[in-house]
Amino acid sequence: MTQFLSLLLNGISLGALYALIALGFVIIFKASEVVSFTQGSLLLLGAYSIARLSDPLGFFPAVLVGIVITALAAFLIERLIINRLRGKPVISLAIVTIGVDIILLTELIRRIGSDILNVPHPWGGKSFRIGEVGISQNRLIATLVAAVLIIAFFLAFKYSSWGVAMRASAEDGETAALMGIRLGRVSALAWIVAGALAAVAALFLVGAPTPGVSAAAYTVALRAFPAAILGGLDSTGGALVGGLLIGLSESFAAGYQDQLLFLGRGFGDVVPYVVMIAVLLVRPSGLFGTKELTRV
Amino acid sequence: MSETTVTAHGATRTRRTGGQAASRPRRSLLGPALGAALLLVLLLAPFYVDEFWLRTGFAVFGAIVGAIGLNLLVGTTGQLSLAHAFFLAVGAISYVFVSGESGGLGVAQLSGLGLPPLVGMVVGVLLAGLAGLIFSPIAARLRGIYLGVASLGLVFIGQHVLNTWTSVTGGFNGRAAPEFSLFGFHFANDNPLLFIAGVPFREAERLWYLGLVLALGAFLFARNLLRSRPGRALQTLRDSEVAASVMGVNVQRYKGRVFLVSSMYAGLSGVMYALSIGSVAPESFGLEVSIQYLAMIVLGGLGSVIGAVLGATFVSALPLVFQKYADVIPFVSSPGEGGLAAGEMARFLYGAAIVLVILFEPGGLAGLAARFRRRGRDPSGGRAGSPAAAPTDPSTTSAPSDRPAQGSTT
Repeated sequence: MTQFLSLLLNGISLGALYALIALGFVIIFKASEVVSFTQGSLLLLGAYSIARLSDPLGFFPAVLVGIVITALAAFLIERLIINRLRGKPVISLAIVTIGVDIILLTELIRRIGSDILNVPHPWGGKSFRIGEVGISQNRLIATLVAAVLIIAFFLAFKYSSWGVAMRASAEDGETAALMGIRLGRVSALAWIVAGALAAVAALFLVGAPTPGVSAAAYTVALRAFPAAILGGLDSTGGALVGGLLIGLSESFAAGYQDQLLFLGRGFGDVVPYVVMIAVLLVRPSGLFGTKELTRV
Repeated sequence: MSETTVTAHGATRTRRTGGQAASRPRRSLLGPALGAALLLVLLLAPFYVDEFWLRTGFAVFGAIVGAIGLNLLVGTTGQLSLAHAFFLAVGAISYVFVSGESGGLGVAQLSGLGLPPLVGMVVGVLLAGLAGLIFSPIAARLRGIYLGVASLGLVFIGQHVLNTWTSVTGGFNGRAAPEFSLFGFHFANDNPLLFIAGVPFREAERLWYLGLVLALGAFLFARNLLRSRPGRALQTLRDSEVAASVMGVNVQRYKGRVFLVSSMYAGLSGVMYALSIGSVAPESFGLEVSIQYLAMIVLGGLGSVIGAVLGATFVSALPLVFQKYADVIPFVSSPGEGGLAAGEMARFLYGAAIVLVILFEPGGLAGLAARFRRRGRDPSGGRAGSPAAAPTDPSTTSAPSDRPAQGSTT
């Protein structure tokens, strides 16, 4: 039971982080109809900048600067490339983000090399215990921060003028433009927010229990893809549910590894994809995604 | 080998006009002549160039087969797939399993069937096709980007299987690939020793011809497929599924078939990869490989067979050539000397090339070539949308008038 509870808790915290990244996917998709494959390398960029800057700047300024750098990178990608391709087919746009991702990732991995960069979280590797159930402090703080950010995001999405503009342009871009909503600005802002969210997720993903910033953080970020897809690419709530689902299933599959040994060691790493394919078989547009309708 | 009838506008739905066969009554002889000359050069190459180029050549031939296959799926039919590495792996592993011998490798106990390599190759192709067929019902339910990400899952699941199913795959360290032989003729350094015109025909020379034959076969098959009824059906499918089904194309069945064909190509490419490297390991079939293949077809030109050939040559030969000339090419250096490693430089280049191609020339290298060809012939400069060519061009009229709702109607 203790194991179950602690896996549950860890799964939720991991899921909250996945949800942050998946939210980034979703808002980018809603605002600019792009499925951004750059999210993984943006996350790595955030983690790398924070790790490198925390020595000269100190931890908290480094986090701030790291988030700004990542958001700025996302902004530049949107302005320089995505914005010029408005209205192109979804697949071309996805491929162009793959191209950007190759460049960014190659450079980051070249810089990181085979090292594992350490991010000096002030809360360190200590763990927090509620009775018998333990969770690393890093993950606990991550859950809280993610919860705050997600709530703030949903409030902004619902009430702020940016949120309204974004929802309007996702609903019907042309009409929104006619109503005076500047689609370019909405899309740029979406990329900035997605970049910042990725950087925040990066900050916690590279903390305990993971050893630090290495190229492996990229594959972790990729697992947020199933989260976004299985929730439904155009559903912000779906990103949240998908993130939690993926986090929980990964945590349980890793925790009960011994019982799942017939599936091979390390099955926890692929379980997000298995869950995703299973869900997509039943619901091809994800759990909460809009069904694609065909008008004849 | 000119790509005259295949419209090279890929999944991009941009309006591209002029220079297609439908608007040109007389076929130019330039294409076939160039093709024949190229073939002659390729046939004679083993007599003149050294082993490095022949080995690179075989790797490129393998990549060409794979890229043509992926292009049928992504370029022609518009089904974004990142699972190509998975199907490559199925082909390669089947080959080493069927043709390899049982035996121990370190602590692992490998099993193999020890059948002739030709059987292994055929089984590899068929099993990869089967894997594609099994995946195709999933694929048929998913559209566009959902398919892309679901196929991403396949790569990771494949990696997991490769790493854990040690008795077949050799696990993390992989296993050696048996050398190819055809009815007693070994594609190896001896057995039998062979000299032709005083040139020793060793493994590299023999594999070169094997690769040339396979790649040429793959090329011709794909080109003819695109010019046939199924090929047209696939292109219609890409432009609009609704229009295709209205025209009597069975959408699900064609999607299944194109997955079958594409993954069979991938299987053959995987077998060739195993032969070229001499071993298979899980790390050779990661997501990066899928992305590399995607890069090939985007660079070459989506939907164009000759484009896939060009793109595959560019992307797969680049790192090898950089490695060889590391001390000559600026910015590139041997590992551990501070500069860019060859693989990194190649990745930078093709990453940038993908972005540039999508931004400026969605037709890729094939589109670029077509543009130059038009400029030579067409006094109007052959710019896209030149009014003279527009009405006769079938590719312009296929622009979908009624795109399905893209799922943004919350």
